[in-house]
Amino acid sequence: MSTLLDKIWDAHTVHRGAGGTDLLYVDFHLLHEGSSPQAFEGLRLAGRTVRRPDLTLATEDHVVPTRDLLSPSGVAATMVQALRRNCEEFGVPLHRSGSDGQGIVHVIGPELGITQPGRVILCGDSHTSTHGALGALAFGIGTSQVEHVLATQTAAFAKPKAMAVTLHGALPEGVSAKDVALAMIGRIGTGGAQGHVIEYRGAAVEAMSMEARLTLCNMSIEAGAKTGMVAPDAVTAEYLRGRPYAPVGRAWDEAVASWSALHSDDDAEFDRRVDIDVTTLSPFVSWGTNPSQVVALDGVVPDPAADPDLALRSAAERALTYMDLTPGTPMREIPVDVVFLGSCTNGRIEDLRAAAGILDGHRIASGVRMLVVPGSAAVKKTAESEGLDEVFRSAGAEWRSAGCSLCVAMNDDSLAAGERCASTSNRNFEGRQGRGGRTHLVSPTTAAATALTGRLTAPSDLGARR
Amino acid sequence: MKPISTITGRGVAIRRTSVDTDQIIAARHCLRTTRTGFAEHLFATWRAEPGFPIGDPAHAGATILFGGADFGSGSSREHAVWALQDYGFTVVVASRFGDIFFDNAVRSGLVPAVVDDDAATAMMDVVEADPAAEVTVDLVSLTLRTARTEAPIRMSTDTRQRFLDGHDGIDVTLRHEAAIRAFELTHVPIVKAS
Repeated sequence: MSTLLDKIWDAHTVHRGAGGTDLLYVDFHLLHEGSSPQAFEGLRLAGRTVRRPDLTLATEDHVVPTRDLLSPSGVAATMVQALRRNCEEFGVPLHRSGSDGQGIVHVIGPELGITQPGRVILCGDSHTSTHGALGALAFGIGTSQVEHVLATQTAAFAKPKAMAVTLHGALPEGVSAKDVALAMIGRIGTGGAQGHVIEYRGAAVEAMSMEARLTLCNMSIEAGAKTGMVAPDAVTAEYLRGRPYAPVGRAWDEAVASWSALHSDDDAEFDRRVDIDVTTLSPFVSWGTNPSQVVALDGVVPDPAADPDLALRSAAERALTYMDLTPGTPMREIPVDVVFLGSCTNGRIEDLRAAAGILDGHRIASGVRMLVVPGSAAVKKTAESEGLDEVFRSAGAEWRSAGCSLCVAMNDDSLAAGERCASTSNRNFEGRQGRGGRTHLVSPTTAAATALTGRLTAPSDLGARR
Repeated sequence: MKPISTITGRGVAIRRTSVDTDQIIAARHCLRTTRTGFAEHLFATWRAEPGFPIGDPAHAGATILFGGADFGSGSSREHAVWALQDYGFTVVVASRFGDIFFDNAVRSGLVPAVVDDDAATAMMDVVEADPAAEVTVDLVSLTLRTARTEAPIRMSTDTRQRFLDGHDGIDVTLRHEAAIRAFELTHVPIVKAS
């Protein structure tokens, strides 16, 4: 009668608080330069140390330039230098920019095999939900909680509620995990899963590759969820086998055997259930300024006046003004200036392969700028060994080094005011990709097809043009 | 952290839902290694819009911010909390908060007060009609009051106690040092194998 959440929570509870807060042991703590400087400063001021530097790993992703491997300049350099100094002083291993193990923190965790089923993984970044794809319980935390974890290797939380999102049926050709995530958030809203951990279940989830599951879990936070997770199965074990932090020999066999118990029991009770028939889904795209403002790509910009909810209507009106869109406009007619392929949502090798498959042998539309930013140095290396970099370059796209880049616009990549971008990232908030920039969230294949035509385009729309 | 039991001040309302932390403070303004220096960038883009209440002289000195549902959604940046505090806010009232923002607020000593949607709307009406209206946030009785309205605040026992005591979260956890140590003795760690 336990959910997967119950099982992992109970196995990590160091102290059960009477007033609703439990103390959880943290199996691994991932750090980056963006949210950690004040945490280390707090330790220093209080004369504390990092309790378990061996269970802590830092990388540089948020502010690093991706155009080349030169060091960042200005304030960004201060952030990177602070991380390097802090890691040195407190003995925390660091995967520096330019090293083989560097990359977006949520790409390298699974890649290194640090993210494992049944583990509690924390990081000072909301998209830590990504790691749940491997059956880990993984939360994003703020800087004060980062400091707490550094000092104690524990985190104090009230236990979230459990929500089952079941994806029924098989995904139609050309529909990806990103489209499913956008469709789900469109249905339940940006606060629809607030206070809950989503467990994704059902035939469509079981059929997904690990990388697709990482995309799905990544977007959970955009529905307000504490995190997302998928029970481990053969796909999980196959993904982890042989990775640097995965157990080996007898320890591996024991670990795999123990993972078979990591699923919600048949009679487990969820606080909320959502059922989605994926067989009717098609590529999705956002039209507004939060990730619930989405529509099928073959649809039109919705009319806010049709929304009976006054708050949603007013938000939609604001969004359309910001996005400079008119209700009734077919989404396919919306032109873009920039296409961004990358981020912790869609910067893994399968994403790059899918996009390259669309671009191969073609040129992107004139006037469109396309950035391809691999999620990690390892993804970059694999892509280059497969010749994907040549596909992107020949198509006219920029081939970059690993980092968060245009997803968060904290480095030198950003949109100019008024520029419109089809982006495989996770947030279409006002100004997210640069002040005044306009973001349409899409899947990697939609991004690639859009780059070819210069307008929001699904790969299936390309047939007649090619 | 200073103990907080009751806060009285003037309020200001942002009648927008899903106010994400990117709007509270944009990423480009988070490139700092301190917890201060963020006030001038609070809602920087929206403050340039005519009629936006933050920065409106009529609401100068307000310490209690009212927002729509899902306030603080999105990025985990604690800078959003620090920027609100840096600007002078001590309380944010909404019917629902982003989980990470809520946790960050509690840990930094900014009171996130959850009230019903209708109550939040009624309070917004009051502070918009009279920017000088006094608002009281009472964590002892868990009520939010103005001269004309009153609403219960929903807050867990632990969160309330944390404000009332003002204890440092790490100190509180370190009281369980023996339990942490015992847990570590039997728990299999993640180690690099190859």
